[in-house]
Amino acid sequence: MLELKNLTFSAEDGGKAEIIRNIDLVLPEDRFIVITGPNGGGKSTLAKLIAGIEQPTSGRIIFNGEDITGRSITERARMGIGFAFQQPVRFKGLTVLDLLRIAAGKTLSVSEACEYLSEVGLCAKDYIKREVNSSLSGGELKRIEIATILARDVSLAVFDEPEAGIDLWSFTNLIRIFEKMRSHEGGRTVVVISHQERILNIADEIIVLTDGAVTARGSRDEIMPQIIGSKYAENICPKID
Amino acid sequence: MLKMDPVQKQLLQEVAELHDIPEGAYNLRANGQSVGRNTTANIDIQSKTDVSGIDIRIKDGTKNESVHIPVVLSESGLKETVYNDFYIGDGCDVLIVAGCGIDNCGTQDSEHDGVHRFFVGKNSKVRYVEKHYGSGDGSGKRILDPVTEVYIDEGSTVEMEMVQIKGVDSTHRTTLGELKKDAKLVVRERLMTHGEQNAFSTYKITLNGDGSSADVVSRSVARDNSYQKLDLCVLGNAACSGHTECDSIIMDNGRILAVPSLEANSVDAALVHEAAIGKIAGEQLIKLMTLGLTEAEAEEQIITGFLK
Repeated sequence: MLELKNLTFSAEDGGKAEIIRNIDLVLPEDRFIVITGPNGGGKSTLAKLIAGIEQPTSGRIIFNGEDITGRSITERARMGIGFAFQQPVRFKGLTVLDLLRIAAGKTLSVSEACEYLSEVGLCAKDYIKREVNSSLSGGELKRIEIATILARDVSLAVFDEPEAGIDLWSFTNLIRIFEKMRSHEGGRTVVVISHQERILNIADEIIVLTDGAVTARGSRDEIMPQIIGSKYAENICPKID
Repeated sequence: MLKMDPVQKQLLQEVAELHDIPEGAYNLRANGQSVGRNTTANIDIQSKTDVSGIDIRIKDGTKNESVHIPVVLSESGLKETVYNDFYIGDGCDVLIVAGCGIDNCGTQDSEHDGVHRFFVGKNSKVRYVEKHYGSGDGSGKRILDPVTEVYIDEGSTVEMEMVQIKGVDSTHRTTLGELKKDAKLVVRERLMTHGEQNAFSTYKITLNGDGSSADVVSRSVARDNSYQKLDLCVLGNAACSGHTECDSIIMDNGRILAVPSLEANSVDAALVHEAAIGKIAGEQLIKLMTLGLTEAEAEEQIITGFLK
């Protein structure tokens, strides 16, 4: 369980801009939560605050009863927080297998690594030895990014706009991966930052973040009618429905 | 005949990945003397009579054989220049492993300069692996100034893997290549400098024959106060294709000068060069930290992968 208590984040950018304002949130276990809202509303910043990539100006972050506000990225990762980047990072020389092994924190056998890859719809034999460099497409990188989260034993997984920069074909596969993840939660909290209707449609709970504050929160059935067709619940392409 | 102390064995392991005597042809040199040699029906090794060094002759059609010629120096103050010539026949497919390990615990500089010349016949395939390594905590420097010349005849391919990862204080590496029709040269250089080290690496590859090609890629890391100059030049004198790439990471106060250059003397020469120098991207470190590594562990993983 993750609790955000009176969380505020200001960025020094010319003047002082408050990006996250006094957020109080409890994200319970075993839930699939989607955070939506307009661009610039603070969604990605909130995800980075949870992962420890940004430090809050004030407020506390409590994870499974422990105050992690001052904990480093590494410490939070080791406590079971996973973070999938909006723009997956490329590495010259590191292979997909290397990355999955680092994620798993142990010497993963090739067949174990293959399981994670096949879960995200990649044929392991084509990818396991590939370098995580610019030879991979955006969709491939995104799926490898998700596989690194699967390879870790996390109790909280945060995905920052997983649909960004991928093609339609990969998007439909992405939905399948999330649907599968949702049905195998096993105590895991999954937080997805997205304004895609298809992703919002599989949420247990939807949080709307506007101008750094929570402006709506509730079950999918409560929130979807309020936001459907707006910029907070976009249809990636009417043809694929 | 083959007597090596533990330090020498460690050096041998580092430069040639050998725990003991290799299979096939070999010549092991320790502290300026040949300490073991083996020839095969197809590969002959003879000592030179005019200068220090050996001639290695590989018969036409020799396939799936290897030659190991590692050198180890564990005596402080030893300086040597060794001339090794490889004559590789037509239609061969061979692996050549060279390399030098210097352990200097003393106060005097130790230096090994290997001058390797390769004369490759027609339609052969040669893979050449060279590793340089230094160890020892003496104030004496460990110096390696290798010269590699490769002359590739029609239709042959030479792949060179040159690695210098640790402990060499000063190095001037010079690699020259001349290629005839349909010959191909692939070079993968891996260089890491640390402490106060200096490394200079110069390549001059001349593509003389139609259909010849060269792909020279140097990946390097300069840490601490070290300095590197990478000078990669490809000349195209025919309908050929050439590519040079310097890709470097700088850390701490490390400095790198990368000078990839091209010279086209034929309208049909297609030549490309690339160079990039930068520190490790912050997002790479963050990504690996979100997977549970510390910043130092993440840095090590990135460098190890980069230089793999």
